[in-house]
Amino acid sequence: MTSFSLQHQALEPSWFAALDPRTRLLAAVFFTLSALCLSALWPLIALLALALLLTILLGCQWRLIIKRLLAFEGFMVLVVLFLPFTVAGKPWFAIAGMEASYQGVIQALVILLRGNAVVLALLALVGSMEPVKLGYALAGLGIPEKLVQLFMMTVRYIGVLFDEHQRLRTAMKARAFVAGSNWHTWRSYGHLLGMLLVRSMERAQRISGAMRCRGFNGKFHLLTPVKWHRRDTAVLTLAVLLFLLPLEWQWWQYGF
Amino acid sequence: MAHIPEGVLSAPVLITGALVTTAAVAYAIRKLDYERLPQAAVLAACFFVASLVAVPAGPSSVHLLLNGLMGLMLGWLAVPALLVALLLQAVFFGFGGLLVLGVNCLNIALPALLSYYLVSPWLNKALLANNRRQLFMSGMVAGAIGVAGTGALVCLALVLTGPQYLAAGKIILVTYLPLLVVESLITGAIVGFVAKVAPELLQRQLPQPLVAEESHATN
Repeated sequence: MTSFSLQHQALEPSWFAALDPRTRLLAAVFFTLSALCLSALWPLIALLALALLLTILLGCQWRLIIKRLLAFEGFMVLVVLFLPFTVAGKPWFAIAGMEASYQGVIQALVILLRGNAVVLALLALVGSMEPVKLGYALAGLGIPEKLVQLFMMTVRYIGVLFDEHQRLRTAMKARAFVAGSNWHTWRSYGHLLGMLLVRSMERAQRISGAMRCRGFNGKFHLLTPVKWHRRDTAVLTLAVLLFLLPLEWQWWQYGF
Repeated sequence: MAHIPEGVLSAPVLITGALVTTAAVAYAIRKLDYERLPQAAVLAACFFVASLVAVPAGPSSVHLLLNGLMGLMLGWLAVPALLVALLLQAVFFGFGGLLVLGVNCLNIALPALLSYYLVSPWLNKALLANNRRQLFMSGMVAGAIGVAGTGALVCLALVLTGPQYLAAGKIILVTYLPLLVVESLITGAIVGFVAKVAPELLQRQLPQPLVAEESHATN
């Protein structure tokens, strides 16, 4: 049985690991904003290069990153596949009688580059962080307390329920269950998930009871409150300036 | 497939999605009392884990959404629970993104609320009558509402961004068909199972007893 971890393991440099989690989250937001404002090809390639640089600098493991990128590429390809044929513009080439426009190809490329750059940066900046730290960041950014508590408890129980699910799967395997495309499989999965739900709810009731008997009054105490240092200001400023560079390039060269 | 990646949608769509989601979450959070916090969290985790399971469907496999079922079991609380699950998927798995989170949450939470309002009364009646067939059917309809609603909203978000996405939207709708079939069957099976084993979980507005004696140190 493998235990489940949400975040991917990265060999972060120590200065990066010591940063306030809010810095990392805000940097990811600024990166996304910059990417959404870019619409010229070359500045976007620069932004993607920046994202790649981040993944390398922050010690991400390529195998994991590529696995996660591939999972999201399916939708991406589906979205941009028809753009060359549906965007009006100068015809470039034709497949099976459909004319592809030059502008459409460019737009498809822009969206592909943008999406990949954002995912890479997000995984590098935030994806390697412990989920609990992300919860601290959310709390520190003024997200309502109940929502943060919901987040923290969800993170806690994903691991527990994943193990529970694995246990149930092992039990099914021991009874010679083989998944296929048939009603038996789907009904069995339904029963598996139903069992998981029933056990989750029982667990939720035990947790409620446990919280009550420890005098829970609606306030959770975060163990290590986040603290903003001067280096956080410096890193965030530097990151924002860096992410703005492609935008300025676009501004000067293309004028939008 | 229910997660629209960052960088596709236009700014007005993103902003509308974010505003509506914020309003819905704010409303739901007001309703969330601390008694039900563990319940919402454990269910959010449960649905997160369920979404990791690849279910065979014909030549390929699908990942369940289960938003219809989530609406049945959580009502309005499904909105913040889904938001948390989607944030985790965006940040740690790269599905969706931070700025598109509002739209993605709306796409999945709105059908959940729809199934809550449309199917819950029917489900309650079936529970009272203990009609197995009706129970299965109501689960099936909830699953179908969840998937079809999400598919339609994803398509709508794309088309509102620009008419050039109409073709892609249609193809995406077609890719939802196997999920629609599998999810409605599985949701039907889940509702049937839960109705047999722990019917109190499906009953709406029934006070959940808090059993303090059962608390263990392991929690």
